Amino acid sequence: MAQEIIEAPITGTVISVEVNVGDKVSEGDVLLYIESMKMENPILAPVDGTIAEINVAAEQVVETGVHMITIEY
Amino acid sequence: MFGLYESAFGALTWGNIVMLLIGGLLIYLGIARKMEPLLLVPIGFGVLLINLPLGGLMEVTVDGRPVGLLAWVFRGGITTELIPAFIFLGLGAMTDFGPLIANPKTLILGAGAQFGVFFALIIALLIGQAFPDFLDISIEEAAAIGIIGGADGPTAIFTANELAPQLIGVIAVAAYTYMALVPIILPPVIRLFTSKEERAIYMKPQLRKVSKREKLFFPIIGAAVIILLVPRSAPLIGMFMFGNLLVVSGVTERLADTAANAFMNILTILLGLSIGAFMDAESFLQGESLVILGLGVIAFAASAAAGVLLAKLMNLFIKDKLSDELAKEAGEKVAAVRYALRGADLEVIKTASQELSDTIQKVSTKVYQQLPPGEQPPPASGDGSDDEGTVESVIRNNADRLVNTAEKMLLDSKRKINPMIGAAGLSAVPMASRVVQRMGQQANPRNFLLMHAMGPNIAGVIGTATAAGVFLGILG
Repeated sequence: MAQEIIEAPITGTVISVEVNVGDKVSEGDVLLYIESMKMENPILAPVDGTIAEINVAAEQVVETGVHMITIEY
Repeated sequence: MFGLYESAFGALTWGNIVMLLIGGLLIYLGIARKMEPLLLVPIGFGVLLINLPLGGLMEVTVDGRPVGLLAWVFRGGITTELIPAFIFLGLGAMTDFGPLIANPKTLILGAGAQFGVFFALIIALLIGQAFPDFLDISIEEAAAIGIIGGADGPTAIFTANELAPQLIGVIAVAAYTYMALVPIILPPVIRLFTSKEERAIYMKPQLRKVSKREKLFFPIIGAAVIILLVPRSAPLIGMFMFGNLLVVSGVTERLADTAANAFMNILTILLGLSIGAFMDAESFLQGESLVILGLGVIAFAASAAAGVLLAKLMNLFIKDKLSDELAKEAGEKVAAVRYALRGADLEVIKTASQELSDTIQKVSTKVYQQLPPGEQPPPASGDGSDDEGTVESVIRNNADRLVNTAEKMLLDSKRKINPMIGAAGLSAVPMASRVVQRMGQQANPRNFLLMHAMGPNIAGVIGTATAAGVFLGILG
């Protein structure tokens, strides 16, 4: 399966993860929210696929570039 | 005894009633719609207070000495320009110049978005000349109106106070309400000037790390250069950069905290109330106010449009790392492997993978040549030796890996800027950036333009304050 790795596009705190491993997602679905610069930033699925791996949890601080989620498609 | 007591009901005019409704509307927008509540609620309440007759809040003596409560605030804070200038101190303490320093070309976009300021100035002058009987707009007034296009409240108030003090109420309201309306005004303008493909242009999120030293020198050198160039921008730019220095110096945390929070809040209360109190029916309900509100929208839209067009112009000079043909070829090869993977024929997968692997070899030097040592390009083809599985799974895994590598490389090859970040050159921080971020994600879920948009956004604040300094230098 081809993989799409979702990296944190911005340094911030994960507010909530909206998906679970095994969930099917469509392009544009919200995967998780990161709070940064006093804003809630939704991170969207770039492809249709299945969540294969989740490496972050709510309240975790993430740096730009951190591997957060893997989607297989 | 009741004969001596005067209630205010009899003194209410129709104008007062209209203004009470406007005040109520501002409060409603602030509370129910959460539009700039920190400003619209105090301004709206100021409007209410001043339009309840006989309260005397803005009363002055015949020779202009303040008597009423808010007249004192207005005289002491706005006429003296203390409040707008010190608000810039707080803004400086709340601003992170990082995105701007990381990508200095965004300064150009912030400057370009000041076009609306000059555009609205010219339109205002033309209207004044076309209908001199209806409206007599002087060049000073036109300049003060134009600054609304910079989408920066304190700067607009500062400029209006110097150049057209009689218009300060309506200019402040125009500037602040339109700032609140950025999410409504910006998208149609951006859509008008960009195609879906342009809005979908992917920009890599990683901006380079900005060192502490750079952040430290920026406000010091920035203040010196800008003030030497445009001396009359000194109050705003000086306070802005000083506020920032309090943060980045790392040794004045207490001062930075006060500037960004307590001090800023006090100023916002005083500014909001006294600006609202300047909007009495007599001076606000005039044809000129409507024209100014109209010009404000034009100035806003023109600024956003100019930023977008300038970004598109810059793109003409920026080349992606891969030519269109090579990028297309690589894309086609990826699609071929994907297609082959859906079938069962291993030979087809192998052939397609080999072709893709060749393409990757061919293009990877073009994409990765400037990578720092240690970050080698990903292997063009995996040998699959660590895979424990059937021949089929080895071939399939290898093909998957190639697809991932190629797609990452295609994304890494992009250098063009998404023209929408030009629209963030409006100073309204961070609303303009948020709008661009949201629209970027809509067009391409991979996009995350927030930090890219913050660069022009912050540059826009500097740009507007500088434009104001230019106006004051010429006209003040």
